[in-house]
Amino acid sequence: MEKILEVKNLELSFHTFAGEVKAIRGVNFDLKKGETLAIVGESGSGKSVTTKAIMRLLPESSSEFKNGQILFNGKDLTKLSDKEMQKIRGKDISMIFQDPMTSLNPTMTIGNQIMEPILKHQKIGKAEARKVAIDLLRLVGMPKPEARIKQYPHQFSGGQRQRIVIAIALACNPQILIADEPTTALDVTIQAQILELMKDLQKKIDTSIIFITHDLGVVANVADRVAVMYGGKIVEIGTVDEIFYNPQHPYTWGLLSSMPSLDSADEKLYAIPGTPPDLLYPPKGDAFALRSDYALKIDLEEAPPFFKVSDTHSAATWLLHPDAPQVEPPLAIVERMKKFPGSRYYEGTEGGTY
Amino acid sequence: MTKYITRRIFYMFITFFLIATATFFLMKALPGSPISSASKLSPTQLAVVEAKYGLDQPIPVQYAKYMLNLAQGDLGNSFQFKNASVTDLIIDRLGPSLILGTQGLVLGVTLGILLGMIAALRQNTIWDYGSTFVAIIGISIPSFVFATFLQYWLAVQWELFPVALWKDGWMSSVLPSIALAMGPLATASRFIRTEMIEVLSSDYITLAKSKGANGFEIAFKHAFRNALIPLVTVLGPLAAGLLTGSLVIEQIFAIPGIGEQFVKSIMSNDFSIIMGTTLFFSAFLIVVIFLVDVLYGIIDPRIRLSGGKD
Repeated sequence: MEKILEVKNLELSFHTFAGEVKAIRGVNFDLKKGETLAIVGESGSGKSVTTKAIMRLLPESSSEFKNGQILFNGKDLTKLSDKEMQKIRGKDISMIFQDPMTSLNPTMTIGNQIMEPILKHQKIGKAEARKVAIDLLRLVGMPKPEARIKQYPHQFSGGQRQRIVIAIALACNPQILIADEPTTALDVTIQAQILELMKDLQKKIDTSIIFITHDLGVVANVADRVAVMYGGKIVEIGTVDEIFYNPQHPYTWGLLSSMPSLDSADEKLYAIPGTPPDLLYPPKGDAFALRSDYALKIDLEEAPPFFKVSDTHSAATWLLHPDAPQVEPPLAIVERMKKFPGSRYYEGTEGGTY
Repeated sequence: MTKYITRRIFYMFITFFLIATATFFLMKALPGSPISSASKLSPTQLAVVEAKYGLDQPIPVQYAKYMLNLAQGDLGNSFQFKNASVTDLIIDRLGPSLILGTQGLVLGVTLGILLGMIAALRQNTIWDYGSTFVAIIGISIPSFVFATFLQYWLAVQWELFPVALWKDGWMSSVLPSIALAMGPLATASRFIRTEMIEVLSSDYITLAKSKGANGFEIAFKHAFRNALIPLVTVLGPLAAGLLTGSLVIEQIFAIPGIGEQFVKSIMSNDFSIIMGTTLFFSAFLIVVIFLVDVLYGIIDPRIRLSGGKD
């Protein structure tokens, strides 16, 4: 499939009073046309910063690209001027934000807010743009769009506002849609509706989605591929099945183990011990080593490179090095692996190789 | 909306009535009377004059009479200015005060908003520090000190404007207006700066950026209106304060405005003018506060006046 976005060895720092915070420390991934890539990780892992960097929405005064490229249609977004970037934002790449309660301008009618990117990026008149806006509202499932287009954000519920934010993001049929935890601030029933809506819309307008979340349930629901981020780096990337059923990085094991499951209701829920690394002083080796039960001596000294697990799956852990000792993943993970053809614990019969 | 406004107007009358009552009794509680300063009168003459103005009657009776007259729009006659009616005196003096107040307010608030916007958009640059400096000067230097400087430099040294008096038409109003504008300028620029900085960091500004909006659109189309609310809140008292605040400025520039007359009548214990002017200022403030409340609803649709659902 055609690559639409390539992030190459991206490094980004924030300048704070305390010093330089290395928020992104060499991130590589690409996004293919029409696919949904989920980026998961805990707070502070750099997932939001990565996507804001793609949109260049970080404050210019305190953030700095240290290295790397963000290639979009052959253009390096890190090198574009503000003017050139404004032409891309909202038109080719657009974004859905986390909290619909605060992401709409309270003193502007939603019609004007939806029409803004249309008027800005397309050469059409106001009346026409209004029609497009009404169609968009209908597309995102807003009843009576003709009447509601004149209303202000406070006259809508949280779920409705997120639909409006999605309508704004889709206004110019973007090639890439970045969804930064779009369901986190919504209650569970609305979450499901919004997710269904997004999946539906993706089929209709054929856009690629980068979906940021810390909710693995959501990932399983929407993603084609998953990138797991930790300490400003991607530690494992693969298809959704590979990440869920054949995870290789101890951090991914931890993440999956801390997901509550219906089968294990009476067990104590697992939590990863310790706290994320302070990126003001990033650790030398594997950032997760100090919290990991599986850390090797080398993890503390040298950052692991990516090891290929399959064509689509790779993980940055020394455990995959040919010389590494064989370790047993946590029990819950072994249970998962048993269902995945190609994993060393596979027990199924369909297409089994041994 | 109509229901809301009717109710508000009713409350406005109650407020006004309470202020009138309080001022009346406070004035009566003060020692002396308008004629007591005229010490040359004999006790018999005093009694005659007191009887003529009804000052010999018990205070409740005087109060009832005053309020009845007030209800008919009659503020009584001045003791000091040859029995002229207070209403006429105020109207005569209103012109210069209104011109100064309006010019000062418009100049101050406009420049203040501009300075505040620049400071917020160029945060922590020389622009920001410059604007902060101007605001600190505006707040900390009293308007009369500033007025004296203006008089000395612009009028006496450079002879650009008349030093004082109300004789050269609009030119006479320039210096007092500038002196009056300093306060509102400082207040407006501080309020706008703080609020703009907060608004500019909000999520909907990031969303506006992600739509491709440029810096100008973000500042004026998205942020400005949202940053106005706190300024509008102080604008009412500020506007009323400019009319009353011109007491000192009118004295310094010898301008025949309400303020100057007010100060004179306090000196001479001219009861009816003090009452009349106080009531006029109160009515002005009450109306301005009401207008500000209506203005909220126009600026921010979330602040819907009750009963305003359509």
